[in-house]
Amino acid sequence: MTRKTPLFDAHEAAGGRMVEFAGWTLPIRYGSLVEEHRAVREKAGVFDVSHMTVVDVRGSGARSALRRLLANDVDRIREDGQAIYGCMLDDEGGILDDLITYRIEDGFYRLIVNAATREADLAWMRERLADDDLALTERDDLAMLAVQGPLARAAVAECMNAPVLESLKPFRAVVHGDLFIARTGYTGEDGCEIVLPNGLAADAFAALLDAGVVPCGLGARDSLRLEAGLNLYGQDMDTTTTPLESNLAWTVAFEPADRDFIGRAALEAQREAGVPRRLVGLVLGAGGIPRAGARVLTADGEGVVTSGGFGPTVERPIAMARIPAGTATAVEVELRGRRLPARVVKLPFVRGGKILDGVLDD
Amino acid sequence: MSEIPSELKYADSHEWAEALDDGLVRVGISDHAQEQLGDLVFVELPEEGATVTRGEACAVVESVKAASDIYAPISGEVVAINDQLDDSPETVNSDPYGDGWLFSVKPDDASELDELMDAEAYGEHLENS
Repeated sequence: MTRKTPLFDAHEAAGGRMVEFAGWTLPIRYGSLVEEHRAVREKAGVFDVSHMTVVDVRGSGARSALRRLLANDVDRIREDGQAIYGCMLDDEGGILDDLITYRIEDGFYRLIVNAATREADLAWMRERLADDDLALTERDDLAMLAVQGPLARAAVAECMNAPVLESLKPFRAVVHGDLFIARTGYTGEDGCEIVLPNGLAADAFAALLDAGVVPCGLGARDSLRLEAGLNLYGQDMDTTTTPLESNLAWTVAFEPADRDFIGRAALEAQREAGVPRRLVGLVLGAGGIPRAGARVLTADGEGVVTSGGFGPTVERPIAMARIPAGTATAVEVELRGRRLPARVVKLPFVRGGKILDGVLDD
Repeated sequence: MSEIPSELKYADSHEWAEALDDGLVRVGISDHAQEQLGDLVFVELPEEGATVTRGEACAVVESVKAASDIYAPISGEVVAINDQLDDSPETVNSDPYGDGWLFSVKPDDASELDELMDAEAYGEHLENS
């Protein structure tokens, strides 16, 4: 039995093609995926991300518990409302999930974790934080909208009567009445994510559509995040990969050296021995579109496409691939029995509506 | 409701076939198929001179999200391909029965066309699927 978000009826009314995703029924697209993708790059689009799991962690032990639980350090947060992104690791350094952690105030943190990992994450947290002085609360009562694109913040400020958004810095959140609005996202564009009570979601969604914000489905969410070089848990990373092999070394706080987070010893050992694999971007010419699972042949050995597709903004077949460590810049991707040349590029492919240097050099 | 021209024949896998005056058969995908697939961004066609077999995969159309096989609605030799689709695969979305055709076949046995569905039967097939 799949779950419906508070916007289920609104999606159907807007022509959404509903699919099952991580146990939820969500729209894959409303009309043209490419038009939805372009709306976010050029103007503003809204995604129902109510399937994401909101977990509040409160108590005098919250800070020290999260410093142990997460590979990034919540002490990097310098002011209330600020967020950090990072991974929750197992003892071997494998990635259990990636998540955003906000500090709402002293002793009150909000974690946003993936839908597909909800049960496992909560079980892990309850087990590993059993002796800490804190309460873990899954917020089933909250929905979440991502409003993304160069015009997104202005649209949200207008629709939600929240002028405070105009001065909100990246990776910061504000509490605005019943709403929790953060300047974060998963598209490579400016924008906000709004966490709000289930009962307010439909009106907020309708107000955004009335303001000209384009409803966007999971399809555009995936093509946008791929161009933005943002990992998808379960696809580009999982418990068999570490952050160091997933282009996420920057999210691991090794300093201070005495912070003993779960997975630290394994990551230090891997760093010491040499990280064996790297997650890179690939750009292909004509001849086919790389998909997850395709073999990648390099001078350093064999790798695999973790996410692939056609980038509507770069207008090229692109992929993220995990390949052996090394310096290979020209590789081949095996597609339907043929080997197609691909260039290794630095991620992301697109940021802030612009294609990055090096992506289109053929 | 998707468009189903009455002069064409249809396979249950959503390809159409059109008997041309010169005895050749032109092949494409239905309006319903293009609508289900979404924006097409790449089309891989058989080569001219290749032999295709009815019911077997002979081409691939790819949307942003996924690749889908195209099955030959009739057996024969490929005598023409729509190479305009290299540069503008989206034509299959905008004009699936016209400029978005895929390839033409010289059929081994033109009577195979009779085994495909007519427009009315295909319409019912869509309603029941």
